[in-house]
Amino acid sequence: MFPPIPNPDVSVQKPGFGTQDLVRRSASTVPVPTRQLTPVAKLIDVSKCIGCKACQAACLEWNDLREKVGENRGSYDNPEDLTPDSLTVMRFTEWINPETDTLEWLIRKDGCMHCAEPGCLEACPAPGAIVQYSNGIVDFIHENCIGCGYCIKGCPFNIPRISRVDNTAYKCTLCSDRVAVGQGPACQKACPTQAIVFGTKDEMKAWADARIKDLKARGFDKAGLYDPPGVSGTHVMYVLHHADKPHIYASLPDNPRISPLVKAWKGAGKYAGLGVIALSVVAGALHYLTQGPNRVTKKDEEEAEQLAEKQS
Amino acid sequence: MTDQTVNQTPEVHVRVPRYSGSARINHWIVAISFSLLALSGLALFHPSLFSLTALFGGGQMARWLHPWLGILLAMSFFGLFIRFVSQNFPERTDIVWLSRIRYALTPGGEEYLPEVGKYNAGQKFVFWSQAFLILVLLLSGICIWERGLHYLEAAVGFRVSIETMRWAALIHATAAVMTIVVFVIHVYSAFWVRGTIDAMTRGSVSGGWGWRHHRRWLRRKVREGDVERPSNGD
Repeated sequence: MFPPIPNPDVSVQKPGFGTQDLVRRSASTVPVPTRQLTPVAKLIDVSKCIGCKACQAACLEWNDLREKVGENRGSYDNPEDLTPDSLTVMRFTEWINPETDTLEWLIRKDGCMHCAEPGCLEACPAPGAIVQYSNGIVDFIHENCIGCGYCIKGCPFNIPRISRVDNTAYKCTLCSDRVAVGQGPACQKACPTQAIVFGTKDEMKAWADARIKDLKARGFDKAGLYDPPGVSGTHVMYVLHHADKPHIYASLPDNPRISPLVKAWKGAGKYAGLGVIALSVVAGALHYLTQGPNRVTKKDEEEAEQLAEKQS
Repeated sequence: MTDQTVNQTPEVHVRVPRYSGSARINHWIVAISFSLLALSGLALFHPSLFSLTALFGGGQMARWLHPWLGILLAMSFFGLFIRFVSQNFPERTDIVWLSRIRYALTPGGEEYLPEVGKYNAGQKFVFWSQAFLILVLLLSGICIWERGLHYLEAAVGFRVSIETMRWAALIHATAAVMTIVVFVIHVYSAFWVRGTIDAMTRGSVSGGWGWRHHRRWLRRKVREGDVERPSNGD
């Protein structure tokens, strides 16, 4: 068992990190922080998950959100997708292992992966609406969000959802408020099987190694850690018993990365676009300076008059 | 070309109606919505221009307003399209005009160009590129309009995949840059060719302007008797 995070001291505590620890801020720059926080991570061990949805309930509870009563769509997924209120959702997959011809019930807790290279932040046009702390947490700052949904296009995992109530984007915060006072995320706290554990990223990798060894000893020889290098790693990682094919876990991307379309649009494109517009204005100014205005002459007016007279 | 009278405004003997009142109102609705779209769009395009959203009452307001302005632009531009399309079909002389474009860019170079009708090849280029780009902007814009897609899904079950949205965002930004460049060409030309703006403010141009820039159109207007002759000058 991973040593549980002790219960909090009930006295008022100062947050352990804040705006001074930002390493990235959407559509703006931040000064280099004076200290580096220890990177944190949440490890979701899919092989230990029993699908009880305690994490979903804890998430709603801690974040004071209410999901509306849904409908049964013939699946255990409830709600059937992430929403602005349900920042995490268990995704159930019934998968027949072709090697053993047995049914495997794959249950993956979906939610923000807290990418080291966040696509949402890259795409965001609103200064300070998405921030990244040096401990790896990517957070949405709602007062700066304009509800454009660019984060949805930027995200390689299809996570952010726009609220129709306040027109801002919502996703898992990794319980940044809890982490700031030395606690783990609410979902981790509620998990009865330690399918969710929380600690420093190094601790989580070491813990995952032990889990993977155990799984391999039990015949899951493709067991492994999902910490995708395409986004420079994530601060929410999975232990998968079939790490060679992440897509079987309700379409978890095999090799997530920020789409080259988003990179072109919000990377070089934004400079090239302004450059082209500026160039057209400069060309106009140069043309005017060299050619002067194109004025109608007295002769033109007389010619027009003669033409009109001839006709009448 | 040098001309002694070049720095004076010559006396106007003939005025030629060019745009009706409704065409001018239509044009200025397009112009105003285009400008507001460019400002709110650029604000979301490059972070250094985000402060432009203050003109609209903040980021949320700019984000909300932009698509509705886009609908207004598309509808009002469609009006202009219907009005002007018949005069904008390409013709043989457009090729000659384009092959001698350097004369078109020189004051007085009109003498070396074929006589043009209501629109020259440059104006036709502006017309057709804006028509095409606004259509592209409308369609790609709908695909990245959060609220609009919500309405569309509720009404007709229309859904757009995230990959399509990414393409749409890139296409929308590219088309927007192109349409702004064409806008710059359009506005600069109207300013450079003196007397042009009259067409969209008063609705008529001087006969000399017609003779110099659109002689074939002027001949037609004279033939049709559609010219005004102010009794003593203008």
